[in-house]
Amino acid sequence: MLFFIVAPLVRLTLSTSTGSLASALADREVRQSLWLTLRAAAFATFVSVFLGVPLAYLLARTRFPGRAVVQGLVDLPIMVPHAAAGIALLTIIGRDSLIQRLASPFALRFVGEELGIAMAMAYVSVPFLVNAAREGFEAIPERLEKVARTLGASPWRVFLTISLSMSWRAILSGMTLMWGRGISEFGAVIIIAYHPMTAPILVFQRFTDFGLAFARPVAVLLILVCVAGFAALRFISRSTQADRYGP
Amino acid sequence: MALELRSISKQIGSFSVSDLSLRVEEAEYFVLLGPSGVGKTVILEMIAGLLTPDDGDVYWDGANVTRLPPDRRGFAIVYQDYQLFPHLTVRQNILYGLQARHYSRSEAYERAETTAELLGITPLLDQYPAVLSGGEQQRTALARALVLTPPLLLLDEPLSALDLRIRRQLRQELKQLRRASRATFVHVTHDIEEAFVLGERVAVMLEGRIRQIATPYQLSHTPSDREVADFLELGNVFAVDSCAGEVCRVGDIRFHTGGCIEATRFIWIRPEEIVLSRTSCEGAVRNHFNGRIEDWELRNVLFKVTVSVDGLRLAVLVNHACFSQLNAETGGEVYVSFSPSAVHCF
Repeated sequence: MLFFIVAPLVRLTLSTSTGSLASALADREVRQSLWLTLRAAAFATFVSVFLGVPLAYLLARTRFPGRAVVQGLVDLPIMVPHAAAGIALLTIIGRDSLIQRLASPFALRFVGEELGIAMAMAYVSVPFLVNAAREGFEAIPERLEKVARTLGASPWRVFLTISLSMSWRAILSGMTLMWGRGISEFGAVIIIAYHPMTAPILVFQRFTDFGLAFARPVAVLLILVCVAGFAALRFISRSTQADRYGP
Repeated sequence: MALELRSISKQIGSFSVSDLSLRVEEAEYFVLLGPSGVGKTVILEMIAGLLTPDDGDVYWDGANVTRLPPDRRGFAIVYQDYQLFPHLTVRQNILYGLQARHYSRSEAYERAETTAELLGITPLLDQYPAVLSGGEQQRTALARALVLTPPLLLLDEPLSALDLRIRRQLRQELKQLRRASRATFVHVTHDIEEAFVLGERVAVMLEGRIRQIATPYQLSHTPSDREVADFLELGNVFAVDSCAGEVCRVGDIRFHTGGCIEATRFIWIRPEEIVLSRTSCEGAVRNHFNGRIEDWELRNVLFKVTVSVDGLRLAVLVNHACFSQLNAETGGEVYVSFSPSAVHCF
């Protein structure tokens, strides 16, 4: 299984010459699309934290009627084919949609814009964040929060000093997943915006228009950037864990 | 500053408390004793403000605090599983409540140090809870609560997870802490010995109801009913068939009692007041029977001998000297004697 996961990535990376990578990096279009992809995915993740983490806390801590339905809805974007998700999203934020009309006076546009790309990325990847954060909160015994309340802490203080400071690793890992999933999104993004081109779309376009040789360096760059980001975050959360919880 | 629960009811899932009332006096060590799973923790959490009763009210110092949030009640709770904050050091755990209550940094640190010293955990202040033993964790949990000098400390099975030696030691420390702090302690446990050692008054709770509130002495001498006597493991509780004068009949056996009335339903014969002998002393003692030894076992320093008298199984506690004189063997004949004052009626 591991071989199946790793082999294509290693083969692709090793079979691509550093020269072609360098020339791809020198290509302004490639640099712009990589930067756009990372930025849009980061923006989508950043904004989703403020909405997704409270929702995750609610799902972890409260028992309300219809909670299972809400949990199901959160998972829905994972199941919906992403191109279909993009079409669905288009009906909400398309040129003639209500949201677009409301946003127009503020010069906000979605279709064919970075904002639209970020929304498409968020739509398909936010379940990863919400689920990771929910699992993080669920792992904290509720009694810890209760004890903190009796010690004189307000609910908000308990959330910050206990719930959040104990689950930030889970949240960070959810953010990493969401960011990575956002970067790799193709189906939903291409429906909302073919241009400006995100890196996965650029890979696709170069592959169909010019062939494998042209697509390969861009694909490798995309993989390297993702792996680097992923490894950095893993390292941060692991080293801090060892510091805090002792041997 | 007394604590009062007035007709509290609460239903959570299959568990329920109904119409529960009790009063705990200022600076009293009050123990709520009952088997596991009767909802003792729920009661503590209602007192602390972590759960709201479905019905009834909680009063503190004459004021109704039923709707007051836990952070404004100022009662501290210590759970069986300590619930130390794992991401904070012992010192930070102790400081937590002081910081939440906006103590100045210097005062908070000073208080934390003093409390740590009181509980003997000064060397552990910079450790994380994960590396502490059970006893050390419980001391830290106590320090975190006591550093706030709460007027009311709620203890939820605080010693149950510890081994016997540490449990006995911490039991003594809890007694001393109560005296030193002048706070009111409400302690929940299923351990009879613990309740009797610590409690100034003990409430016995069975099936969601308080059955008796009394001092340990009163409880062990005059249990209110058979269930309480059974739960306290008093032994030798028998349903009587009839009582006339001071004599109660159980099956074919007539027991002379220390003052039963016709309404008496049960008698209880104190196991340590029964004397066993190899020879008959008929006439010298009012309750004198012939029986057979069914079984015996060593209980700490005493021997518990089970004697069958006309099919009735009597538990008898005897000391070592008595036991060796008896030359006890299973199936051997033995005489059982006790005075009427050893027989309690209820």
